Amino acid sequence: MAKIIGAIEVDVEKCKGCGVCIPACPTDVILLAKNVNGKGYHYAYMEKPEACIGCTNCAVVCPDGVISVYKVKMAN
Amino acid sequence: MDIKEIIKPENLVYQKTKLMTDAPLSYCPGCGHGTAHRITMEVVEEMGIWEDTIGVAPVGCSVLAYDFMNIDMTQAAHGRAPAVATGIKRTWPEKFVFTYQGDGDLAAIGGNETLHACNRGENIVIIFVNNGIYGMTGGQMAPTTLPGMKSSTSPYGRDIATMGHPLKMTELIAQLPGTYFVTRQAVHTPAAVRKAKKAIRIAFETQREKKGLAFVEIVSNCNSGWKMNPVDANNWMVDNMFPYFPLGDIKVNGELIK
Ligand SMILES: Cc1ncc(C[n+]2csc(CCOP(=O)(O)OP(=O)(O)O)c2C)c(N)n1
Ligand code: SF4
Ligand code: SF4
Ligand code: SF4
Ligand SMILES: [Mg+2]
Repeated sequence: MAKIIGAIEVDVEKCKGCGVCIPACPTDVILLAKNVNGKGYHYAYMEKPEACIGCTNCAVVCPDGVISVYKVKMAN
Repeated sequence: MDIKEIIKPENLVYQKTKLMTDAPLSYCPGCGHGTAHRITMEVVEEMGIWEDTIGVAPVGCSVLAYDFMNIDMTQAAHGRAPAVATGIKRTWPEKFVFTYQGDGDLAAIGGNETLHACNRGENIVIIFVNNGIYGMTGGQMAPTTLPGMKSSTSPYGRDIATMGHPLKMTELIAQLPGTYFVTRQAVHTPAAVRKAKKAIRIAFETQREKKGLAFVEIVSNCNSGWKMNPVDANNWMVDNMFPYFPLGDIKVNGELIK
């Protein structure tokens, strides 16, 4: 079976650290960073990148549209 | 596999539509307005109608929607968006015309314009973001504020005996023969967003077919006005707003559901 590996890219300076993307992720990939961006927001990042399946859930609920999602199929 | 191997243009599966500008949204963190804007623009993009679509922004937090939606837009006096949209649509019947309005704008000061545009069956789309409060001006009570809900003008909670009942505008206008598609949606989870987007698509298709007015309510959070963090506000919305404003289609193909 082909394995799906995903990754997200967060536009850190535009992320508002709202955290709405966190419960939307089925594999608990995302957390808010301890550091802040230029606006003072704790931005979202992939804490468990290996768990991302590229499902786009996080990007779909992000009010600010700052998440891009990438996905590759790996033949085992 | 290295992240850099995955994050490449050929592997891209989702990014913000180009019909949203790069201007940072003026909304509070976690506010549903941003999501509602984006899925509206995704529908316009997928239908290929961006050169023929004209939006009317309201007064309220989304007053600057024209800065964020990368299409032709104007902005109406408070509550008058359905009247302005009527004028635009009648002048240019082949254009797609929609309003984007909050609950204070649509159900309070603009209640009259909303009812009559719906009753006339104008071929427009109304997108109605109901967060149960006047967000922009600091969280005053709206016609949609829930029984017992605190706001800056109902600090002890909305008292039905003196302040009246929350107004279900969407059920009300569904009774009018001029409306063809009426639905209530939300944008707090991925599944809800995908459903809401499908509903907005149906609304614009209704306009293409000149069937009458299409009305999409989106129950949303105003986490600042409700004085909660964004995730708690979405949970509070599920527990408190949805029982009073249940999600789902209310009128489809000109027929009331149930
Ligand atoms: C004629 C007029 N009356 C009152 C106001 C003040 N005002 C600005 S926004 C607003 C309410 C907006 O609430 P809503 O439509 O629910 O939008 P939200 O900010 O919650 O998205 C009011 C009363 C105004 N700008 N113009
Ligand atoms: S939903 Fe968007 S803005 Fe909010 S924390 Fe996640 S990436 Fe940032
Ligand atoms: S794409 Fe899906 S799996 Fe990956 S971080 Fe986003 S929600 Fe989680
Ligand atoms: S005040 Fe409320 S409606 Fe306005 S941007 Fe903030 S959360 Fe959104
Ligand atoms: Mg409101």
